[in-house]
Amino acid sequence: MNSFLQQFQKTDWLDIQRRIYGQGNIDVKRALAKKKRDLTDLMALLSPEAMPYLEEMAQISQKITQERFGKTIQLFAPMYVSNECQNICTYCGFSFTNQIPRKTLTEEELLQEASILKKLGFNHVLIVSGEANYTVNINYFSKAVALLRKYFANISIEVQPLSQEEYQKLNLLGVHSVLVYQETYHREIYKTYHPKGKKANFDYRLTTPDRIGKAGIHKIGLGVLLGLADWRTDSLYCALHLDYLQKTYWRSKYSLSFPRMRPAEGIDWQGKVMSDRELVQLICAYRLWNPDLELSLSTRESEVFRDHAISLGVTSMSAGSKTNPGGYSAEEDSLEQFSIDDNRSPKQISKIISSKGYDPVWKDWEILEY
Amino acid sequence: MRNFKDILKIADSPFKSRLLLGTGKFGSPSEMQSAIVESETEMVTVALKRVDSRKKEDDLLTYINRDRVRLLPNTSGARTAKEAVFAAKLAREALETNWLKLEIHPDPKYLMPDPIETLKATEELVKEGFIVLPYIHADPVLCKRLEEVGTAAVMPLGSPIGTNKGLKSATFLEIIIEQSTVPVIVDAGIGSPSHAAEAMEMGADAVLVNTAIAVANHPPEMAEAFKLAVIAGRLAYESGLGPKGNTAEASSPLTGFLND
Repeated sequence: MNSFLQQFQKTDWLDIQRRIYGQGNIDVKRALAKKKRDLTDLMALLSPEAMPYLEEMAQISQKITQERFGKTIQLFAPMYVSNECQNICTYCGFSFTNQIPRKTLTEEELLQEASILKKLGFNHVLIVSGEANYTVNINYFSKAVALLRKYFANISIEVQPLSQEEYQKLNLLGVHSVLVYQETYHREIYKTYHPKGKKANFDYRLTTPDRIGKAGIHKIGLGVLLGLADWRTDSLYCALHLDYLQKTYWRSKYSLSFPRMRPAEGIDWQGKVMSDRELVQLICAYRLWNPDLELSLSTRESEVFRDHAISLGVTSMSAGSKTNPGGYSAEEDSLEQFSIDDNRSPKQISKIISSKGYDPVWKDWEILEY
Repeated sequence: MRNFKDILKIADSPFKSRLLLGTGKFGSPSEMQSAIVESETEMVTVALKRVDSRKKEDDLLTYINRDRVRLLPNTSGARTAKEAVFAAKLAREALETNWLKLEIHPDPKYLMPDPIETLKATEELVKEGFIVLPYIHADPVLCKRLEEVGTAAVMPLGSPIGTNKGLKSATFLEIIIEQSTVPVIVDAGIGSPSHAAEAMEMGADAVLVNTAIAVANHPPEMAEAFKLAVIAGRLAYESGLGPKGNTAEASSPLTGFLND
């Protein structure tokens, strides 16, 4: 099967890293002056040399985002349907060896969650799960999608990698987007963070977006977990991946997310936290390189950061998120995947978006049936 | 509103205003509302996907006065004729109109319209009783083919949607305007009032503007600027513009000796 893997195998992490860190002031200036920017320009904009140009980058980013997306921010809510997981990801709350109660939502519970999210105003939902192929598999997802499409105009999923046929099935059922993050494009580092379970197979995960694209899914979401490896190099790799996908599966849209690693109890991670400044650089660099990318920001980020990100180039946001299965109807936050930083309600977030001069968009899709 | 010599008619419906507005991309619904009012438009496009037909009263639609402004639902998001036809029927039901802006763009990056699927869908929708206004490339042959299957107007692009680049397709637009028997509405790429005036001077029947107004610092004022530009352009067209020359005509360096 033709896939990104063939292209990936020709690259060398250290070589790309060296090139990014070797970018000079003149390269940044050249990239800023251009109208259309390529991957070499992105290297310059991601490099430490671009740091002094952050305000200029932000202003260009805001302008081209408004041209392409208008003054709008799309709102969505994640719905965690299961925290069962057979993978060991040393940084994740759902990791197999973590001694936490496991739960998969029943049909009744799915409906309960759906009706609460609807009452909160949501029309776009993102189904999230761990990887438990015996119980939470294509049959489970198909049933869940069939139930939820009565409530929502747009359904996305962020679950374990599936086969092309399974993605085709979900496409026919009305699933709009599929998100699969590579976490890191550094093969050896990937191995240390994902020692066991199906997810340990780096290549299978890397070729997942190809299967999603071949299945004709409308939108494909990529991302790296910022902080596992050098974020600049990882982000450039992610752009290489996107560039390949956009050219190959040209009928699909693409979105990117920017989850940052943070130290937390019970997780094994001692990396360096990416600073706010660096995250702004990353968001703007991606926008300057690719005006059409949807850029998404989760409630992992702080209130202050999210409030400012609205006018920086971000195009979609979650709000009032619960990261535990049944979290919207449950009283307490238990069993969660990661703790969230922005606890404000969807209504509050919507007000803040409006106060920044942007329109909070709750519905921007329609599931078509024939 | 200014009365022109010729009133614009689309599918037998008269329009005094020759400016159509898109309703996406505005920073708030009230800003959109003011822009609609200031532009004095009589027809606005609404993306079906943005309308919540499950609600009794959709938030966006409450800001549009349907007594003054006709809704033109669009099928934005459709990638094939099949999807577009389905979306059109949903739109007809949800918005209670058989007018339709047909948009089929399988390419989500530049939103380039698919000519093959668009022709197919137009033919089918006309048979189903829709008044179809298709968004297309500035392709003169496609326009004639669309006329043959009963399109109510054609909406060729000036340049890619949202780019504000103006009439990059001017050469082809001129041919389309020259040959068309249905109204020609220049859609997409009109980034400033001068672009709109240029299209009108060229003889376009109307223009559709969205991004340039929606993301302006002051959308209502920009809407008014576009209104004036469209009027100016149309008046100039109706009044007969003077011929354009490539060289100055003050002297005749080669043949002047004949007069001596």
